[in-house]
Amino acid sequence: MANNNDTNSNLVPLSGIKPASLELETVRKKLSEAKGPKYWRTLEELSSQQAFGEMLEREFPRHASEWVDPVSRRNFLKLAGASMALAGLAGCTKQPLEEILPYVRQPEQLIPGKPIFYATAMPLHGHALPLVVETHEFRPTKVEGNPQHPASLGATDLFAQASILDLYDPDRSAHLTWMGEARPWGEFLSDLTRQAAAEKDKQGATLRFLTGAVTSPTFAWQMKNVLQQYPQAKWHRWDPINRDSARAGSKLAFGSYQDAVYKFDAAAVVFSLDADFLSGSWFPGFVRYARDFMRNRKLDKGEQMNRLYVAESSPSTTGGKADHRLVLRPSEVESLARYLAGKTGAGAQGGQVSDEQRKWADAVAADLLEHKGKCLVVPGEFQSPAVHALAHAMNAALGNVGQTVSYIDPVEADPVEHGQSLRELVADLNAKKVETLVIFGGNPVYNAPVDLEFDKALANLKLGVQLSAYRNETSDHVHWHVPETHYLETWSDARSYDGTATIVQPMITPLFDGRSAHEVLAIFTEQSGTSPYDLVQTYWKTQHPTADFEAWWRRALHDGVVAGSAAPAKSVTAKLGALPAPAQADPSEIEISFRPDPTIYDGRFVNNAWLQETPKPLSRNTWDNVAMISPKMAAHWGLYQLSDDNDHQSDEQRLLEIAIGGRKVKAPYWAQPGHPDNTVTLFLGYGQTRSGRVGTGTGYNAYALRAAAALYLAAGKVDVTKESMPIAVTQGHFSMEGRETVKATTLEDFIRNPKFAHENPDEEPQDTKDHPESLYPDYRYSQGDQYYKQYAWGMAIDLNSCVGCQACAVACQAENNIPVVGKEQVQRGREMQWLRIDAYYEGDPANPTLYFQPVPCMQCENAPCEPVCPVGATVHSTEGLNDMVYNRCVGTRYCSNNCPYKVRRFNFFLFSDYDTPSLKLGRNPDVTVRSRGVMEKCTYCVQRITAARIASEKDERRIKDGEIKTACQQSCPTDAITFGDINDPNSAVARRKSSPRNYQMLAELDTRPRTTYIAAVRNPNPKLEKA
Amino acid sequence: MILARTAGSWQRDGSRGKISLSMAQIFHRSANTLARASIFGLVLLLSAVGAALIQLQRSPYVTRQHIAPEQPVPFSHQHHAAGLGLDCRYCHTSVEESSFAGMPPTKTCMNCHAQIWTNEAMLRPIRYSFSSGQSIQWTRVHDLPDFVYFNHSIHIAKGVGCFSCHGQVDSMPLMYAENTLQMEWCLDCHRQPEKFLRPREEVFNMKYQQPSSEHAVDVVLQGQKKTFTSQFELGKALREEYHLRTTQDITSCSTCHR
Repeated sequence: MANNNDTNSNLVPLSGIKPASLELETVRKKLSEAKGPKYWRTLEELSSQQAFGEMLEREFPRHASEWVDPVSRRNFLKLAGASMALAGLAGCTKQPLEEILPYVRQPEQLIPGKPIFYATAMPLHGHALPLVVETHEFRPTKVEGNPQHPASLGATDLFAQASILDLYDPDRSAHLTWMGEARPWGEFLSDLTRQAAAEKDKQGATLRFLTGAVTSPTFAWQMKNVLQQYPQAKWHRWDPINRDSARAGSKLAFGSYQDAVYKFDAAAVVFSLDADFLSGSWFPGFVRYARDFMRNRKLDKGEQMNRLYVAESSPSTTGGKADHRLVLRPSEVESLARYLAGKTGAGAQGGQVSDEQRKWADAVAADLLEHKGKCLVVPGEFQSPAVHALAHAMNAALGNVGQTVSYIDPVEADPVEHGQSLRELVADLNAKKVETLVIFGGNPVYNAPVDLEFDKALANLKLGVQLSAYRNETSDHVHWHVPETHYLETWSDARSYDGTATIVQPMITPLFDGRSAHEVLAIFTEQSGTSPYDLVQTYWKTQHPTADFEAWWRRALHDGVVAGSAAPAKSVTAKLGALPAPAQADPSEIEISFRPDPTIYDGRFVNNAWLQETPKPLSRNTWDNVAMISPKMAAHWGLYQLSDDNDHQSDEQRLLEIAIGGRKVKAPYWAQPGHPDNTVTLFLGYGQTRSGRVGTGTGYNAYALRAAAALYLAAGKVDVTKESMPIAVTQGHFSMEGRETVKATTLEDFIRNPKFAHENPDEEPQDTKDHPESLYPDYRYSQGDQYYKQYAWGMAIDLNSCVGCQACAVACQAENNIPVVGKEQVQRGREMQWLRIDAYYEGDPANPTLYFQPVPCMQCENAPCEPVCPVGATVHSTEGLNDMVYNRCVGTRYCSNNCPYKVRRFNFFLFSDYDTPSLKLGRNPDVTVRSRGVMEKCTYCVQRITAARIASEKDERRIKDGEIKTACQQSCPTDAITFGDINDPNSAVARRKSSPRNYQMLAELDTRPRTTYIAAVRNPNPKLEKA
Repeated sequence: MILARTAGSWQRDGSRGKISLSMAQIFHRSANTLARASIFGLVLLLSAVGAALIQLQRSPYVTRQHIAPEQPVPFSHQHHAAGLGLDCRYCHTSVEESSFAGMPPTKTCMNCHAQIWTNEAMLRPIRYSFSSGQSIQWTRVHDLPDFVYFNHSIHIAKGVGCFSCHGQVDSMPLMYAENTLQMEWCLDCHRQPEKFLRPREEVFNMKYQQPSSEHAVDVVLQGQKKTFTSQFELGKALREEYHLRTTQDITSCSTCHR
């Protein structure tokens, strides 16, 4: 890509820097000479073919297949001999007697063995992600998006997928405690009632509430009632990942708080100012936005495609999908926004930009002006208020308001700026103006700005109450700790990004004796006996006071949407007044960005093992957070020699000591291609001390550096320490040995040559008619009577649409009972997620183009795994699946050895948890829980295929196209995955496979994979492309 | 190794006989017979042990075939099904819809036993369950391994009678498994369903008899009445009528394992 930022020009002198090593230059030269691989996964692959080659020699990544237990060879042989002798006896087991426990009175709608689906919603930072939850005998086992709700359209994100595990987490708080001692609910109730009465006498002058962002209409209504009865009480808000900048920005532009709602499908040109709208869960509505945006990149109808420009200060998946990406230091984003605002007629604001940036910005401005009313400027959540105000002004000047963006009243109830709100609370606490504080959810002692010293402020309380799902750092500083319900355990409601409300329906009674926020708040209005169900219904009766309320209520519950509750668009005009002066960056300091962690968010998911083991979309490390820097800085600091043998696998990473003011934190570095120089990105959420058996002790605590005045951007110093620690990175695992598995081109080239993915004759499938000597049986997939003409299952994955958000990988984990293995095992390359998402870079490491490629089992027709299995544990089905028979597998691992796609996973140890009772409830009863020594892999969700087939045969019909959705396909926000019957030429998958862009991975091996890929097409601006 | 190599080199010299003559006889001649006998004996013994283990694995000791386990209430299918004429589906309600045939909730028992035998000592666990809300703990009689996914509803829909797997339930005072439920037994039918298929309307009929030369069965196929005197012929016709998938299809591993 040509728009790479000249890294030399903005590199400030740094003390203690070694002379620049030449490796990066070597790499660039290599690339320009086109000797290296076109697409690369790690910097090592790019630079050092030798060390990388050594790594590839291994069947599994380093250590994966080595005997690591301290057992001598002699003992091993003894054991091996004994197990050989007993091998045949292993099958001779007598099944233990089992019991059947029928219901006493069976619920009417329940059919044992059949799942029931309920609509509900998961609130994250207050915003609802509407869901449909699968329950087996009223145990939630899997969540899917709600297709009828505009905020989901059937898709989900990885947090919603993993929330099932949170529900059953055995580490959840199970006891209501007073000063750490278990107490009954009644005692808490009487104590709080007494305190509430005392507060009432003072009009609530010393009463405070602290919540995160709230969109629940019922909670807001309850709080309004409370504040009426306690007029001097105050409601404070704190979310560590909040929308303060967006709020302040809209106030600058409109004079009042407004939420922007985007229509990405109506935009031909999108310009993102550091906005991660494709997979950032902190971006309200991103699930819907990702779908809308990708709708114009499918090239299904004609050759029209939208164009995405991203200027960003920390690499994101949105930046990876950009047609043009500009790497900026965080402080430069505002200058660029000011410059562009001047260029697009939103008012001259005179931003200082470098020549390189100007050229880029001028091209963007020209493109935006060419598409007035059909373009969109999106500001990032972590940018300054001025950037938001400028983006609103640009959208107004470009005529986009009403076309691609509209404004609504904030979805958040009683919106405030969280930073300011928390500062006021701490000031009141320190001034001893607060006696009673009720904290709903969250963990402010851990995640409040460190300079506020929230824990010390809490010492002044007379009565502190915390409602929280976990006993955490905050629990030690309050008097009462009340276990909080999971969203699947209680009645509530919430709004989505566009204001559409959903009733949150529970699926299961609280497993750990939790209480909901509604119940605790009701104590203050003397409604302590009222159930959350009654509270929610009472509120909605006020909204729908007609006689048909019962029918209306049932409809709302069934659909998971409160009809007509979307907020109406307002007509507001952005007036750009004087903007606050941009923060001046001290050139001698390094800029430090704070970002929520891509997989554990602000730290609330730290005890979720699925999310811990999900690789971060870009750095692809697990179980830790890193300090992200650019490859060039790493080379400067002598951290990282591109030509040494370091293969990034399980190796020790040197620690950086990052200092802001007097506060210091040590973090392992990660050299991320495309990261700006002289900038460090820190990820929040790790380093918790009280989170449970999964999360405690993972990562470093970036909150320890985060001050109230600099929530997302600070300046500091970085020292390279002599210490190091291992990190578990999956990026180099299961490599394709540099073969071109990703195919991509530009729109221009695609129009000229639609068959660009089939240009290399060496990479085309062999015509098997020329090879009658093949050892593979010639399966015929079109047999069967005309009534049930054979199905042939196939999948097509659109590389254009995949944004690498990882929702599919977690969905697969939830659907298929996939275990987690832990950090040490991931380091050895033994991770179990069936679906991996490979990230391939292309071009200059300073600003590469990124491609995501989800790789499930290919279900080859000529499957190399099948003939090598000595026990027939992996065999072909008549519908073309490579069936994996777990109970037959003896664990030779020959199949994995012979698999060219490296999609098989082996249970090296007993990874599945057979002991924890609560975890058993959450398993999918339709899938075997695998034991030690068993190979496993993707089966195209064969349990779903079987269920659909049985249903269709009972109805004497064929399975309809789209009736079966694999777990990955169903969760995908961008419809990147299509699954179906390729024997049916009208099926969606067959139509997609008929595209000239359709290609097979490693086609030259003639495995004839059923999973194929649709090659990526980018739409770069021809004016920028030639630089 | 060394001896063999030495012998080999002498053989080339042609002096092998001389050496062997000079060596003393260590074993008596009968050792040859003994050696032969013990080699064959060992093979026989190992095969016998193997065969015995296979038989053990198939024996009722392991499969619990024909063994009625102890139950909290000695429920008699003979009395309820044959004696009182209750349909299978009165208790096993989900058999046509779900993978699981369904175990009757205590409420189903109490539908009658709130009126009759209300003080019967044998039924005390039922009454206790109903009043306390605790489930009755039945011991599972037909227990497939956890890696096998059997679905009742599709078998019913394709004309496999209850009898084919569960035997003459209406003559069992105490419930036991009629068959081994081992994979070879499953495959026996999956490889040749014709041997067992019956008309759908006869699925729950415990008195149904397969057609034979002495006993003809009338079936309406595609609106036409046909008479069969051979199960194989009937099975073939029903297989077509009910659109059973091919034998290769229903013997694919993922049909039952996933």
